Amino acid sequence: MSAASPGRRWRRPPVFIQSRAWRIGIYIGFIVYLALALGSLDINLQRIYDGAERGWRFIQGFLAPDFTRRWRDIVQGFEESLTMTVTSTVVGVLISIPIGIGAARNMAPAAVYYVCRAIVALSRAFQEIIIAILFVAMFGFGPFAGFLTLSFATIGFLAKLLAEDIEDIDEAQAEAVRATGASWLQLVNYAIQPQVMPRLIGLSLYRLDINFRESAVIGIVGAGGIGATLNTSMERYAYDTAAAIMLLIIAVVMAAEYSSSHVRKWVQ
Amino acid sequence: MPVVASSGTASWRQRTSAQQLALWCGWLALVALFVFSWQVMTKNTIWAFVSDAPRQAGDLFSRMANPQFGYLAELWWPLWETINIATLGTLLAIVLSVPIAFLAARNTTPSATILRPLALLVIVSSRSINSIIWGLLLVAIIGPGQVAGILAIMLRSVGFIGKLLYEAIEEIDQSQVEAVSATGASRWQVIDYGIVPQILPAFAGITVFRWDINIRESTVLGLVGAGGLGLKLQASLNVLAWGQVTVIFVVILATVLISEWVSAKVRHAII
Repeated sequence: MSAASPGRRWRRPPVFIQSRAWRIGIYIGFIVYLALALGSLDINLQRIYDGAERGWRFIQGFLAPDFTRRWRDIVQGFEESLTMTVTSTVVGVLISIPIGIGAARNMAPAAVYYVCRAIVALSRAFQEIIIAILFVAMFGFGPFAGFLTLSFATIGFLAKLLAEDIEDIDEAQAEAVRATGASWLQLVNYAIQPQVMPRLIGLSLYRLDINFRESAVIGIVGAGGIGATLNTSMERYAYDTAAAIMLLIIAVVMAAEYSSSHVRKWVQ
Repeated sequence: MPVVASSGTASWRQRTSAQQLALWCGWLALVALFVFSWQVMTKNTIWAFVSDAPRQAGDLFSRMANPQFGYLAELWWPLWETINIATLGTLLAIVLSVPIAFLAARNTTPSATILRPLALLVIVSSRSINSIIWGLLLVAIIGPGQVAGILAIMLRSVGFIGKLLYEAIEEIDQSQVEAVSATGASRWQVIDYGIVPQILPAFAGITVFRWDINIRESTVLGLVGAGGLGLKLQASLNVLAWGQVTVIFVVILATVLISEWVSAKVRHAII
């Protein structure tokens, strides 16, 4: 910021890109991209106009959701989703602990490290819904395929974050335990575990949250859960039932988020 | 740290007996919940299909193992669509989420009793519903195509960007705001000169991060008809053309990796 001298106004310095030429170039590139992207949109106004009536019916559905007519299907869907969430989180966490330790640079030999990192990368590469397509093809329709999908996805998420956390631990404590002549398992138990446990619990609860949200999605490709019920009700144009399901999903997610943030505060 | 005296010698333990008991009960409850959930979940499972899975998997992978790379030529346009869905959706989400974030932040909201809870409600509902479900909804309302995808991405991203942005606004250094308002600046000038410069780096980081996630999500949005690569995936799955599916997976993977790389680079340059 230059001192204000007469005849010169202070101008705010740019925040990100200091070079003027680059800034203008990026702006022009952005506008060209925007023009191309908007140009390739095929907006069918007639179709949107026709759909407006359905949109209005959906909004009406939200204002007067129908919980009763398909109540048994809804209960069944939530039953599958919730049980799938619990089992897949437990199994996923159990598997991801050894993989997480193996994927930490300071805990594992190079060969184990690369194998574990490869597993993490593989699990993180594809979205849950793509994994679900493959598992449904292998294991048949239903929540079992969903359970496998979510467990697999949990491994990538949790093992990666756990490994990063283990790499960030206070080495002094590990060294102190090592100096007592502790074995590798004792090292994990007395030096690593106490340091990473609060975060592990926090991450597991967070993943529980995510798994519920995902369980609502993977039903669309046949992996059971509330997503299947939602998909069916959309296909039947039963918008009031669909609205009821979405409101219930929002309620469950809010409850889960609220309680897990409390537990996390209490643990940490 | 309790010390327990048993058979004459004092020995150190990490927890008192009551704590130990409570801990065990907690673990027991977790195991019971798991077993119960497992039983409810698998009550309709047809185990014959599960035991058949290795054969099915072998069959599937042998079909996927000969990818039809000639199909790649048909994927460029859907790929362009996918990128547009993610980018335009993110841009629209920014336009909507910035005012919502200012309404939701405790230190900038004009009314803490009415507007703030309303803004928080918008953020939570948007975050709770996955973009694929928004896509499902929008395809039913406005018909299949890119526009439904863009709106689905927008609806999901508003909550994400809004939440992270309002948290960033709440964490700003209040003394700068005070200094600007002490000069007699108007309300908008305070926001422009006292708050915006402080949250701009966080805002850019959040946006690029969300764009990266949106690329990921828009590759599969087509499964419900909302345009992009997912439409091709759905078409190939319907005719069981697993060789084409492999090619689509490869394209999706490459797109996701490139977008992750770009977003990491940009965030590194900003922060």
